[in-house]
Amino acid sequence: MKFKFALTLGLGAMVVAAACGGGQPEVVMPTVDSAAIRDSIARAEAARRAREDSIARARAEEERIRRERAEAARRAAAITAEVRSMLSSVINFDFDRSDIRPGRDTDMLQQKLAILQANSALRIEITGHCDERGSDEYNMALGMRRALSAKQWLTDRGIADGRITVRSMGEEMPVDPGSNEDAWAANRRDAFGITGGGDALVKPAGM
Amino acid sequence: MTRYLTRSFVLLGLLAVPGLALAQDTVPPVEQGVRIGITYTPGMRPGMLVLGGARTALLDSVRAILRRDLDYSDQFEMITLPGGDSIVLGVSATRGGAAGPVVSATDDVFVNYSLYIALGADFSVAVLPGRDSSELAVTVYDVRGETQRGRIPLTVTDPSAPAFRLAVHRAADEVLRAATGEPGFAASRLLFIQHGTLHRIDADGAALTAVSPAGVTAFSPAWHPSGAQLVYTALASGWGRLVMHGVGTGSERTVRPTAELLNYTAAFAPDGESIAFTRSGEGGTDVYRYNLARDCCLERLTVGRFSDNLSPTFSPDGRQIAFVSNRVGLPQIYVMSVDGTGQELFAPFDYGVTGSSNAPEWSPDGMQLAFHRDVAGSPQVFVMDTRSRVVRQLTSAGRNEDPTWAPDGRHVAFISSRTGRRQIWVMDIETGRVRQLTTVGDARLPAWSPRISEPTQP
Repeated sequence: MKFKFALTLGLGAMVVAAACGGGQPEVVMPTVDSAAIRDSIARAEAARRAREDSIARARAEEERIRRERAEAARRAAAITAEVRSMLSSVINFDFDRSDIRPGRDTDMLQQKLAILQANSALRIEITGHCDERGSDEYNMALGMRRALSAKQWLTDRGIADGRITVRSMGEEMPVDPGSNEDAWAANRRDAFGITGGGDALVKPAGM
Repeated sequence: MTRYLTRSFVLLGLLAVPGLALAQDTVPPVEQGVRIGITYTPGMRPGMLVLGGARTALLDSVRAILRRDLDYSDQFEMITLPGGDSIVLGVSATRGGAAGPVVSATDDVFVNYSLYIALGADFSVAVLPGRDSSELAVTVYDVRGETQRGRIPLTVTDPSAPAFRLAVHRAADEVLRAATGEPGFAASRLLFIQHGTLHRIDADGAALTAVSPAGVTAFSPAWHPSGAQLVYTALASGWGRLVMHGVGTGSERTVRPTAELLNYTAAFAPDGESIAFTRSGEGGTDVYRYNLARDCCLERLTVGRFSDNLSPTFSPDGRQIAFVSNRVGLPQIYVMSVDGTGQELFAPFDYGVTGSSNAPEWSPDGMQLAFHRDVAGSPQVFVMDTRSRVVRQLTSAGRNEDPTWAPDGRHVAFISSRTGRRQIWVMDIETGRVRQLTTVGDARLPAWSPRISEPTQP
């Protein structure tokens, strides 16, 4: 502000001198230190830049945090989706049987067990299905037995009974409408669905 | 007329029926091309002749439906003659020499018994206009006994009216009652599932109608003994509730204790007051009973633990329930008292030899139990005499399953894949005669109604 005042004063004096013309007493021009003015301007400019940089840095930091959070959420969602996908994989059965087959099916159940252990709020339902060959009414009961078999396997390994509900659709919801061995094998299954606590799932250690 | 007379006498001469004496003016107008005695094949069953007469759209429709109903009863040898509907009742004896057929049942008619005997008939039925324009008269004649067996008034005016077919079916059942002492099953309907939707169809294959609302996956239907209500399972996400449905009104309500878990294969007690059904859930699969009339008292009749118990069916006296249990490893037919006591094997089987047995249904007279049993990997329909427990296999071609009894106790409908697609077929278990009832996309789980006798039922 002081700098601006000095500049105004100097200019004012020059105007007065010009207006008075010759014959007037000589006016002493004030000394204008233009280097100091430039320096002042530069300092002001630097301060302004510094402020702007500071704001930009803050904004960048904000953006970085936002991105990181979004990335974390994306990663969490991806993990949840992956865990949900692992959870929803079906297990299959032999014709007119409801016992769990060792091998792929027990591996699948082992995976579901670990997921249930790592996500204590997670609740699931198991729906048993049958192929079209058995008696329609009997298949409702057989589907329920298949669902109960998988539930038993999980509760035997420590999962609380109340976290798993069982259902059956008999032969009413085939995944493959065909009438051949491949279709029948695919249709004899337990499907796994989430009934609660599945919005944010964590992956079990070691998976 | 001379030509007819000459031809008729030649034909009658060929038949050489003793005692067949026809006055000249009583000769019926047999049309050219009729080959009496050639198309009639004598059989064990009595011959039935549906007579012609006055022709209107109404009379033609009634005669056609009546004739088909009598044929489907499998009780008669239907006499089919080319130009057969020109065989009329006779001419009025009171008209003396006046030629021409009698067109009114109110006339004092001459019934040409001798001719009908010559055609192979034991019974004949005439459908003629009645006393006023809105009434027809269906008259049943005992040809051998030369007597009138019954006269059934039939009040129908419009073949396109919704109640028309059922009214004619009821008349057909009365014709059967007049002739044999027992009514048929013409005035009855079947329920079945097609692609998850409950349908109904008349016992002659007409009037296919969707019953369950759109968006509902229906399963295991059953009729109330009155025929005015039915029950089915509405499936959703692996649970199933029992839904009571009013046939005339379309009203629906959930049977209270079945709003949860999986409830199916409901069957009404003969008094219609309670139902037995299967419930599957955490505790396995068992048979339950519920009092609908008092809307209370859910009872568990079986305790499976390590086996499934399902598909109950009441004996007609209401004292026993047959059901399916796999307590010996594979499903077989068991029986118990209605309170769940005295459970024992019902249909005998050879362990390790006999296949799975399912879907029992007690016959209306209580004498037989129909069910299906796996034979070489395919289900086949069986019936068991409930007293001697002798089992008889009824089918062998393709897959045949889920039998249900007609109200006459002599016909069984079942699902057969013999033509490639699952359809309802009907078998007369006395003669083995079968016919295809449906030609829909896919048919499953049929349930045959009782006789629909109430006029209020649409």
